[in-house]
Amino acid sequence: MTLGLYPGCSLKGSSREYAESVITVAKAFNINLEEIKDWNCCGATAAHNMNKELSLALPARILSLAEKQGLKEIVVPCAACYSRLTMTKYELAKDPELKAAVTDANGLEYTGSVNVLNIIQMLDKYITPNLDGRVIKPFDHRVACYYGCLLVRPHEILKFDREEDPQSMDVLMLKAGATPIDWAFKTECCGAGLSVSRTSSVGRLSGKIIGDAKDRGAEAVIVACPMCHSNLDMRRDAINSYLGEKIDIPVLYITQAIGLALDLDRKALGLQRHFVKVTV
Amino acid sequence: MDYPPSVIMRMLQTGIPNLEDKVLRSFSIWVCLTCEMCFARCPMSIDIPKMMDFLREKSINEKKANPKAKEIVAFHKSFLDSIKYTGRLYEIGLFVDYKARTLKILDDLALAPKMMKRGKLNLIPEMIKDRSGIASIFRKSNKKNKN
Ligand code: SF4
Repeated sequence: MTLGLYPGCSLKGSSREYAESVITVAKAFNINLEEIKDWNCCGATAAHNMNKELSLALPARILSLAEKQGLKEIVVPCAACYSRLTMTKYELAKDPELKAAVTDANGLEYTGSVNVLNIIQMLDKYITPNLDGRVIKPFDHRVACYYGCLLVRPHEILKFDREEDPQSMDVLMLKAGATPIDWAFKTECCGAGLSVSRTSSVGRLSGKIIGDAKDRGAEAVIVACPMCHSNLDMRRDAINSYLGEKIDIPVLYITQAIGLALDLDRKALGLQRHFVKVTV
Repeated sequence: MDYPPSVIMRMLQTGIPNLEDKVLRSFSIWVCLTCEMCFARCPMSIDIPKMMDFLREKSINEKKANPKAKEIVAFHKSFLDSIKYTGRLYEIGLFVDYKARTLKILDDLALAPKMMKRGKLNLIPEMIKDRSGIASIFRKSNKKNKN
Protein backbone atom coordinates (compact mmCIF):
# COMPACT_ATOMS: atom_id res chain seq x y z
CA MET A 1 0.00 0.00 0.00
CA THR A 2 1.17 3.53 -0.76
CA LEU A 3 0.48 6.63 1.29
CA GLY A 4 1.69 10.17 0.62
CA LEU A 5 4.20 11.73 3.00
CA TYR A 6 4.84 15.35 3.82
CA PRO A 7 7.96 15.23 6.02
CA GLY A 8 8.47 18.96 6.55
CA CYS A 9 11.76 20.65 7.38
CA SER A 10 12.33 19.36 10.93
CA LEU A 11 12.11 15.75 9.84
CA LYS A 12 14.90 16.39 7.33
CA GLY A 13 17.10 18.12 9.88
CA SER A 14 17.01 18.34 13.65
CA SER A 15 14.28 15.69 14.06
CA ARG A 16 15.39 13.18 11.47
CA GLU A 17 14.91 10.35 13.96
CA TYR A 18 11.18 11.03 13.80
CA ALA A 19 11.25 10.47 10.03
CA GLU A 20 13.41 7.37 10.47
CA SER A 21 11.01 5.85 12.98
CA VAL A 22 7.89 6.72 10.94
CA ILE A 23 9.36 5.12 7.83
CA THR A 24 10.68 2.08 9.74
CA VAL A 25 7.34 1.38 11.42
CA ALA A 26 5.41 1.90 8.16
CA LYS A 27 7.74 -0.48 6.36
CA ALA A 28 7.15 -3.16 8.99
CA PHE A 29 3.50 -3.11 7.88
CA ASN A 30 4.28 -2.94 4.15
CA ILE A 31 3.25 0.67 3.84
CA ASN A 32 5.23 2.58 1.27
CA LEU A 33 5.43 6.28 2.09
CA GLU A 34 5.71 8.36 -1.07
CA GLU A 35 7.21 11.78 -0.46
CA ILE A 36 5.53 14.77 -2.13
CA LYS A 37 7.94 15.84 -4.86
CA ASP A 38 9.64 19.22 -4.52
CA TRP A 39 7.73 20.08 -1.35
CA ASN A 40 8.37 23.37 0.41
CA CYS A 41 8.34 24.51 4.03
CA CYS A 42 4.80 25.04 5.38
CA GLY A 43 5.82 28.46 6.73
CA ALA A 44 5.39 27.38 10.35
CA THR A 45 4.92 29.94 13.12
CA ALA A 46 6.89 32.65 11.34
CA ALA A 47 4.52 32.85 8.37
CA HIS A 48 1.25 32.99 10.30
CA ASN A 49 2.71 35.51 12.72
CA MET A 50 3.85 37.86 9.99
CA ASN A 51 1.76 37.39 6.86
CA LYS A 52 -1.60 35.65 6.58
CA GLU A 53 -1.63 35.17 2.81
CA LEU A 54 1.84 33.66 2.83
CA SER A 55 0.85 31.33 5.68
CA LEU A 56 -1.91 29.93 3.46
CA ALA A 57 -0.09 30.00 0.13
CA LEU A 58 2.86 27.89 1.31
CA PRO A 59 0.75 24.97 2.62
CA ALA A 60 -1.56 25.28 -0.41
CA ARG A 61 1.42 24.74 -2.72
CA ILE A 62 2.21 21.50 -0.85
CA LEU A 63 -1.38 20.29 -1.17
CA SER A 64 -1.47 21.23 -4.88
CA LEU A 65 1.71 19.24 -5.51
CA ALA A 66 0.21 16.22 -3.73
CA GLU A 67 -2.88 16.49 -5.94
CA LYS A 68 -0.70 16.73 -9.04
CA GLN A 69 1.14 13.61 -7.96
CA GLY A 70 -2.14 11.74 -7.66
CA LEU A 71 -1.95 11.33 -3.88
CA LYS A 72 -5.39 11.01 -2.29
CA GLU A 73 -4.13 10.85 1.27
CA ILE A 74 -1.00 12.10 2.99
CA VAL A 75 0.43 11.64 6.46
CA VAL A 76 2.00 14.68 8.12
CA PRO A 77 3.99 13.46 11.16
CA CYS A 78 4.92 16.95 12.40
CA ALA A 79 2.01 18.27 14.46
CA ALA A 80 2.83 21.87 13.54
CA CYS A 81 2.86 21.15 9.77
CA TYR A 82 -0.32 19.07 10.22
CA SER A 83 -1.95 22.06 11.85
CA ARG A 84 -0.86 24.47 9.09
CA LEU A 85 -2.02 22.14 6.29
CA THR A 86 -5.37 21.43 7.94
CA MET A 87 -5.98 25.10 8.78
CA THR A 88 -5.21 26.03 5.17
CA LYS A 89 -7.68 23.46 3.82
CA TYR A 90 -10.31 24.84 6.17
CA GLU A 91 -9.69 28.52 5.38
CA LEU A 92 -9.58 28.01 1.60
CA ALA A 93 -12.73 25.87 1.61
CA LYS A 94 -14.77 28.60 3.25
CA ASP A 95 -13.32 31.64 1.46
CA PRO A 96 -13.34 31.49 -2.37
CA GLU A 97 -11.70 34.92 -2.64
CA LEU A 98 -8.77 33.83 -0.52
CA LYS A 99 -8.55 30.61 -2.49
CA ALA A 100 -8.37 32.58 -5.75
CA ALA A 101 -5.62 34.83 -4.37
CA VAL A 102 -3.61 31.87 -3.12
CA THR A 103 -4.02 29.90 -6.35
CA ASP A 104 -2.87 32.95 -8.26
CA ALA A 105 0.20 33.39 -6.06
CA ASN A 106 1.09 29.70 -6.42
CA GLY A 107 0.25 29.29 -10.10
CA LEU A 108 -0.93 25.76 -9.28
CA GLU A 109 -4.35 24.18 -9.35
CA TYR A 110 -5.85 23.55 -5.92
CA THR A 111 -9.05 21.64 -5.22
CA GLY A 112 -8.52 20.68 -1.58
CA SER A 113 -9.20 17.02 -2.24
CA VAL A 114 -6.19 15.56 -0.41
CA ASN A 115 -6.99 13.89 2.91
CA VAL A 116 -4.51 14.99 5.59
CA LEU A 117 -3.72 12.58 8.43
CA ASN A 118 -1.70 13.28 11.54
CA ILE A 119 0.56 10.50 12.81
CA ILE A 120 -1.97 9.13 15.31
CA GLN A 121 -4.69 8.99 12.66
CA MET A 122 -2.29 7.19 10.33
CA LEU A 123 -1.33 4.65 13.01
CA ASP A 124 -4.98 4.14 14.00
CA LYS A 125 -6.09 3.64 10.42
CA TYR A 126 -3.34 1.44 9.04
CA ILE A 127 -1.24 -0.01 11.85
CA THR A 128 -3.38 -0.67 14.94
CA PRO A 129 -5.84 -2.98 13.14
CA ASN A 130 -2.86 -5.20 12.23
CA LEU A 131 -1.10 -5.03 15.57
CA ASP A 132 -2.31 -8.42 16.86
CA GLY A 133 0.62 -10.72 17.43
CA ARG A 134 3.14 -8.06 16.43
CA VAL A 135 3.90 -6.63 19.88
CA ILE A 136 6.78 -8.98 20.69
CA LYS A 137 8.51 -6.72 23.18
CA PRO A 138 5.79 -4.87 25.08
CA PHE A 139 6.85 -1.33 25.97
CA ASP A 140 6.33 -2.15 29.62
CA HIS A 141 6.84 1.31 31.14
CA ARG A 142 4.87 4.05 32.80
CA VAL A 143 4.47 6.68 30.09
CA ALA A 144 3.23 10.27 30.06
CA CYS A 145 1.57 10.87 26.68
CA TYR A 146 2.15 14.50 25.79
CA TYR A 147 -0.10 15.92 23.05
CA GLY A 148 0.90 19.58 23.15
CA CYS A 149 -1.18 22.19 21.35
CA LEU A 150 -1.43 21.70 17.65
CA LEU A 151 -2.44 18.07 17.47
CA VAL A 152 -5.74 18.68 19.24
CA ARG A 153 -6.46 22.42 19.00
CA PRO A 154 -8.55 24.06 17.66
CA HIS A 155 -11.06 21.24 17.75
CA GLU A 156 -13.57 23.10 15.54
CA ILE A 157 -11.14 22.75 12.65
CA LEU A 158 -9.03 19.66 13.36
CA LYS A 159 -11.92 17.54 14.68
CA PHE A 160 -9.43 15.14 16.22
CA ASP A 161 -9.62 13.56 19.67
CA ARG A 162 -10.71 16.03 22.35
CA GLU A 163 -9.19 19.24 23.63
CA GLU A 164 -9.15 18.41 27.32
CA ASP A 165 -7.57 15.13 28.41
CA PRO A 166 -7.21 13.58 24.94
CA GLN A 167 -6.88 9.79 24.81
CA SER A 168 -5.75 8.65 21.34
CA MET A 169 -2.03 8.34 22.17
CA ASP A 170 -2.79 6.75 25.54
CA VAL A 171 -4.88 4.06 23.82
CA LEU A 172 -2.10 3.42 21.29
CA MET A 173 0.53 3.14 24.01
CA LEU A 174 -1.71 0.79 25.97
CA LYS A 175 -1.82 -1.47 22.91
CA ALA A 176 1.98 -1.29 22.75
CA GLY A 177 2.11 -2.70 26.27
CA ALA A 178 2.71 0.53 28.20
CA THR A 179 0.95 1.96 31.24
CA PRO A 180 -0.17 5.50 30.37
CA ILE A 181 -0.37 7.71 33.44
CA ASP A 182 -2.93 10.32 34.35
CA TRP A 183 -1.25 13.70 34.50
CA ALA A 184 -1.98 17.39 34.27
CA PHE A 185 0.19 18.66 31.43
CA LYS A 186 -1.00 16.63 28.44
CA THR A 187 -2.01 19.65 26.39
CA GLU A 188 -0.06 22.51 27.96
CA CYS A 189 2.25 24.41 25.62
CA CYS A 190 6.01 23.57 25.62
CA GLY A 191 7.04 27.04 24.44
CA ALA A 192 7.00 26.01 20.79
CA GLY A 193 8.60 28.45 18.37
CA LEU A 194 10.22 30.58 21.06
CA SER A 195 12.91 27.92 21.56
CA VAL A 196 15.68 30.11 20.18
CA SER A 197 14.39 33.63 20.68
CA ARG A 198 13.20 33.17 24.31
CA THR A 199 14.86 30.03 25.62
CA SER A 200 14.08 31.01 29.22
CA SER A 201 10.31 30.83 28.56
CA VAL A 202 10.81 27.38 27.06
CA GLY A 203 12.79 26.29 30.13
CA ARG A 204 9.87 27.35 32.33
CA LEU A 205 6.99 25.97 30.25
CA SER A 206 8.71 22.72 29.30
CA GLY A 207 10.08 22.48 32.85
CA LYS A 208 6.56 22.28 34.26
CA ILE A 209 5.73 19.49 31.81
CA ILE A 210 8.80 17.38 32.60
CA GLY A 211 8.44 18.15 36.32
CA ASP A 212 4.85 16.87 36.45
CA ALA A 213 5.73 13.76 34.41
CA LYS A 214 8.51 13.00 36.90
CA ASP A 215 6.37 13.67 39.98
CA ARG A 216 3.81 11.16 38.75
CA GLY A 217 6.39 8.47 38.12
CA ALA A 218 6.65 8.51 34.33
CA GLU A 219 9.57 6.55 32.89
CA ALA A 220 9.22 8.11 29.44
CA VAL A 221 7.39 11.00 27.82
CA ILE A 222 5.75 10.15 24.48
CA VAL A 223 5.31 12.89 21.85
CA ALA A 224 4.10 13.33 18.28
CA CYS A 225 5.65 16.66 17.36
CA PRO A 226 9.26 17.62 16.52
CA MET A 227 8.89 21.01 18.20
CA CYS A 228 7.68 19.42 21.44
CA HIS A 229 10.48 16.89 21.17
CA SER A 230 13.27 19.39 20.68
CA ASN A 231 12.01 21.56 23.52
CA LEU A 232 11.66 18.63 25.95
CA ASP A 233 14.83 16.85 24.81
CA MET A 234 17.38 19.31 23.38
CA ARG A 235 16.42 22.00 25.89
CA ARG A 236 16.80 19.67 28.88
CA ASP A 237 19.62 21.80 30.32
CA ALA A 238 17.32 24.85 30.42
CA ILE A 239 14.55 22.68 31.91
CA ASN A 240 16.77 21.21 34.59
CA SER A 241 18.13 24.60 35.54
CA TYR A 242 14.56 25.93 35.84
CA LEU A 243 13.59 22.95 38.02
CA GLY A 244 16.84 22.98 39.96
CA GLU A 245 17.26 19.23 39.63
CA LYS A 246 18.61 16.78 37.10
CA ILE A 247 15.79 14.88 35.44
CA ASP A 248 16.80 12.32 32.83
CA ILE A 249 13.42 10.92 31.73
CA PRO A 250 13.76 10.31 27.97
CA VAL A 251 11.33 11.73 25.40
CA LEU A 252 10.30 9.34 22.63
CA TYR A 253 8.31 9.86 19.48
CA ILE A 254 5.23 7.64 19.47
CA THR A 255 6.63 5.81 16.42
CA GLN A 256 9.87 5.08 18.29
CA ALA A 257 7.98 3.61 21.25
CA ILE A 258 5.80 1.50 18.97
CA GLY A 259 8.89 0.45 17.01
CA LEU A 260 10.49 -0.76 20.24
CA ALA A 261 7.35 -2.75 21.08
CA LEU A 262 7.60 -4.36 17.65
CA ASP A 263 11.24 -5.15 18.44
CA LEU A 264 12.53 -3.13 15.50
CA ASP A 265 16.19 -2.10 15.36
CA ARG A 266 16.95 0.75 17.81
CA LYS A 267 19.26 2.45 15.37
CA ALA A 268 16.67 2.32 12.58
CA LEU A 269 14.37 4.13 15.01
CA GLY A 270 17.04 6.82 15.53
CA LEU A 271 17.14 6.50 19.33
CA GLN A 272 20.87 7.28 19.41
CA ARG A 273 20.18 10.81 18.17
CA HIS A 274 18.51 12.07 21.34
CA PHE A 275 20.15 14.43 23.80
CA VAL A 276 18.62 12.69 26.83
CA LYS A 277 19.81 9.11 26.62
CA VAL A 278 17.03 6.62 25.88
CA THR A 279 17.42 3.99 28.56
CA VAL A 280 13.97 2.37 28.26
CA MET B 1 2.97 39.60 28.87
CA ASP B 2 2.31 43.30 29.54
CA TYR B 3 -1.48 42.88 29.08
CA PRO B 4 -3.26 39.54 29.49
CA PRO B 5 -5.23 38.39 26.41
CA SER B 6 -8.57 39.23 28.04
CA VAL B 7 -7.44 42.83 28.58
CA ILE B 8 -6.23 43.03 24.96
CA MET B 9 -9.72 42.02 23.82
CA ARG B 10 -11.31 44.67 26.09
CA MET B 11 -8.93 47.35 24.83
CA LEU B 12 -9.92 46.57 21.24
CA GLN B 13 -13.59 46.43 22.16
CA THR B 14 -13.59 50.05 23.31
CA GLY B 15 -12.70 51.22 19.81
CA ILE B 16 -10.50 53.96 21.27
CA PRO B 17 -7.63 54.59 18.78
CA ASN B 18 -5.15 55.26 21.56
CA LEU B 19 -5.86 51.86 23.10
CA GLU B 20 -5.58 50.12 19.75
CA ASP B 21 -2.20 51.75 19.33
CA LYS B 22 -1.17 50.43 22.76
CA VAL B 23 -2.20 46.92 21.73
CA LEU B 24 -0.16 47.12 18.54
CA ARG B 25 2.84 48.27 20.54
CA SER B 26 2.38 45.67 23.28
CA PHE B 27 4.79 42.87 24.07
CA SER B 28 1.92 40.44 24.70
CA ILE B 29 1.08 39.97 21.05
CA TRP B 30 4.63 38.68 20.44
CA VAL B 31 4.90 36.27 23.36
CA CYS B 32 1.56 34.71 22.46
CA LEU B 33 2.52 31.23 21.25
CA THR B 34 -0.74 30.62 19.39
CA CYS B 35 -1.15 27.61 21.65
CA GLU B 36 -4.93 27.87 21.12
CA MET B 37 -5.67 27.23 24.80
CA CYS B 38 -7.62 30.47 25.37
CA PHE B 39 -9.78 29.80 22.31
CA ALA B 40 -10.45 26.24 23.48
CA ARG B 41 -11.60 27.49 26.88
CA CYS B 42 -13.24 30.80 25.98
CA PRO B 43 -16.93 30.69 26.96
CA MET B 44 -17.69 33.19 24.17
CA SER B 45 -15.64 31.30 21.54
CA ILE B 46 -13.50 34.33 20.73
CA ASP B 47 -10.71 33.24 18.39
CA ILE B 48 -7.98 35.09 20.26
CA PRO B 49 -5.03 33.33 18.56
CA LYS B 50 -6.38 34.38 15.16
CA MET B 51 -6.71 37.95 16.38
CA MET B 52 -3.15 37.78 17.70
CA ASP B 53 -1.94 36.79 14.21
CA PHE B 54 -3.83 39.75 12.76
CA LEU B 55 -2.43 42.14 15.38
CA ARG B 56 1.16 40.95 14.85
CA GLU B 57 0.92 41.44 11.10
CA LYS B 58 -0.56 44.91 11.59
CA SER B 59 2.02 45.81 14.20
CA ILE B 60 4.87 44.92 11.83
CA ASN B 61 3.31 46.70 8.86
CA GLU B 62 2.80 49.86 10.93
CA LYS B 63 6.31 49.53 12.38
CA LYS B 64 4.97 49.38 15.91
CA ALA B 65 6.57 46.13 17.08
CA ASN B 66 7.54 46.33 20.73
CA PRO B 67 11.33 46.77 21.16
CA LYS B 68 11.36 43.93 23.72
CA ALA B 69 10.16 41.62 20.93
CA LYS B 70 13.24 42.37 18.82
CA GLU B 71 14.64 38.84 19.05
CA ILE B 72 11.28 37.18 18.43
CA VAL B 73 10.62 39.29 15.33
CA ALA B 74 14.20 38.76 14.14
CA PHE B 75 13.78 35.01 14.44
CA HIS B 76 10.59 35.06 12.36
CA LYS B 77 12.26 37.22 9.71
CA SER B 78 15.33 34.99 9.55
CA PHE B 79 13.06 31.96 9.27
CA LEU B 80 11.07 33.42 6.39
CA ASP B 81 14.23 34.56 4.61
CA SER B 82 15.61 31.06 4.82
CA ILE B 83 12.59 29.52 3.10
CA LYS B 84 12.31 32.39 0.62
CA TYR B 85 15.62 31.48 -0.98
CA THR B 86 15.72 27.69 -0.71
CA GLY B 87 12.05 26.71 -0.29
CA ARG B 88 12.90 24.81 2.88
CA LEU B 89 14.26 25.73 6.24
CA TYR B 90 18.05 25.60 6.44
CA GLU B 91 18.78 25.46 10.16
CA ILE B 92 22.42 26.58 10.09
CA GLY B 93 21.52 29.47 7.80
CA LEU B 94 18.69 30.42 10.13
CA PHE B 95 21.00 30.50 13.15
CA VAL B 96 23.64 32.57 11.38
CA ASP B 97 21.09 35.02 10.01
CA TYR B 98 19.37 35.32 13.41
CA LYS B 99 22.69 35.95 15.14
CA ALA B 100 23.58 38.60 12.59
CA ARG B 101 20.25 40.35 13.19
CA THR B 102 20.35 40.21 16.98
CA LEU B 103 24.09 40.09 17.70
CA LYS B 104 23.31 37.26 20.13
CA ILE B 105 26.46 35.54 18.97
CA LEU B 106 27.11 33.46 22.06
CA ASP B 107 23.60 32.08 22.67
CA ASP B 108 23.19 28.40 21.85
CA LEU B 109 26.76 28.12 20.63
CA ALA B 110 27.17 24.86 22.54
CA LEU B 111 24.11 23.38 20.85
CA ALA B 112 25.46 23.22 17.29
CA PRO B 113 28.32 20.73 17.86
CA LYS B 114 26.02 18.51 19.94
CA MET B 115 23.43 18.54 17.17
CA MET B 116 26.12 17.88 14.59
CA LYS B 117 27.39 14.85 16.50
CA ARG B 118 23.89 13.37 16.48
CA GLY B 119 23.41 14.00 12.78
CA LYS B 120 20.77 16.64 13.41
CA LEU B 121 22.23 19.45 11.29
CA ASN B 122 22.51 19.56 7.53
CA LEU B 123 25.69 21.24 6.32
CA ILE B 124 24.23 21.87 2.90
CA PRO B 125 20.78 23.39 2.53
CA GLU B 126 18.03 21.36 0.91
CA MET B 127 17.05 23.32 -2.17
CA ILE B 128 13.80 22.75 -3.94
CA LYS B 129 13.76 22.86 -7.75
CA ASP B 130 10.96 25.36 -8.23
CA ARG B 131 12.62 28.25 -6.41
CA SER B 132 11.11 30.79 -8.78
CA GLY B 133 7.68 29.48 -7.76
CA ILE B 134 8.50 30.13 -4.11
CA ALA B 135 9.88 33.56 -4.95
CA SER B 136 6.62 34.37 -6.72
CA ILE B 137 4.57 33.28 -3.68
CA PHE B 138 6.61 35.60 -1.48
CA ARG B 139 6.37 38.47 -3.97
CA LYS B 140 2.64 38.19 -4.46
CA SER B 141 1.74 37.70 -0.82
CA ASN B 142 4.02 40.56 0.14
CA LYS B 143 2.16 43.05 -2.03
CA LYS B 144 0.17 44.32 0.93
CA ASN B 145 2.99 43.83 3.40
CA LYS B 146 6.15 45.74 3.79
CA ASN B 147 8.08 43.18 5.80
S1 SF4 C 1 -3.06 31.44 22.08
FE1 SF4 C 1 -2.06 30.66 23.96
S2 SF4 C 1 -0.34 32.09 24.29
FE2 SF4 C 1 -1.74 33.09 22.82
S3 SF4 C 1 -3.12 34.34 24.08
FE3 SF4 C 1 -4.14 32.36 23.81
S4 SF4 C 1 -3.52 31.12 25.61
FE4 SF4 C 1 -2.11 32.88 25.48
